[in-house]
Amino acid sequence: MTVTAFALVRLRNLFAVVMLSGIFSLLAAVLYVVLDAVDVAFTEAAVGAGIATVLMLGTLALTTSVVKEAPQKPIAPLLIVSLTGALLIFGTLDMPPYGDPSAPIHHHVAPRYIEKSGSEVGPPNIVTSVLASYRGYDTLGEVTVIFTAAVGVLILLGGGRRSRKKRRTAGKTGG
Amino acid sequence: MKFKSILRVISKLLIPAIMLFALYVQFHGDFGPGGGFQAGVIFASAFILYALIFDIDTARKVVPAWVMRVGLASGLLLYAGVGVAGLLLGGKYLDYSVLADEPVQGQHLGITLIEFGVGVTVASAMITIFYLFASQSERPADR
Repeated sequence: MTVTAFALVRLRNLFAVVMLSGIFSLLAAVLYVVLDAVDVAFTEAAVGAGIATVLMLGTLALTTSVVKEAPQKPIAPLLIVSLTGALLIFGTLDMPPYGDPSAPIHHHVAPRYIEKSGSEVGPPNIVTSVLASYRGYDTLGEVTVIFTAAVGVLILLGGGRRSRKKRRTAGKTGG
Repeated sequence: MKFKSILRVISKLLIPAIMLFALYVQFHGDFGPGGGFQAGVIFASAFILYALIFDIDTARKVVPAWVMRVGLASGLLLYAGVGVAGLLLGGKYLDYSVLADEPVQGQHLGITLIEFGVGVTVASAMITIFYLFASQSERPADR
């Protein structure tokens, strides 16, 4: 993954960059499988490697596929990025090691979910019970975010220059 | 891409399998990994593959854009509606236990319904965004 990331930064051909970012997403999906987060791996493989790559290619078809050289060497962005990265790494130092049973996350509500969700909610897959039932509001919010994103794209790209019916739909959703 | 026969045959073989897998992920999410988000995304990627291989206009004939917009809204409405149904039946918002006689069965019904809503919304959102991007690149006539 690190090699792919460095290649992503160095490359100037955007077509190769898009392909590499797809590979990066696939590697990330493999990493999630290794960490036993199969649900996340599904999503990463389908969205990151599949749909995002297709959308990027669609964008490339509209623009050029080679980066223009920046006029000067950007020093300030590099500083900010390294500072933020250092802060993030500093933040992870306080986190308990992976799989530590005494970590706070394993002592808050997790034991209750694991013990009770079978009798309270039913499905053997605890992830599903937590997502859909215990955290129903959160999931509703996430779906609303996706809905809003799609409506936003509709308003930005879909409105105003297609058939009248579609324009009316876009106007209605825009309020 | 209309005349690449290998691509056409292979994707014809693959697309039903991907869609079936999406449905499996959708309705088997209670027991195995998966759920509405994953299923919606997998379903959308199957459809996008179809649109890539068999031309975007053919795909628009199969599923018109307005169907996707209706799906986009109805999935979210289904989710929120399940919550309201719980309210009307005397529970709290998004409390599925009151949806059936047994609390566990009610939970099961509620989860199935809202996961279906999530799947519909996610798939429609992905396909809608793809349609819009594709129609953008049709304008300069390089497809």
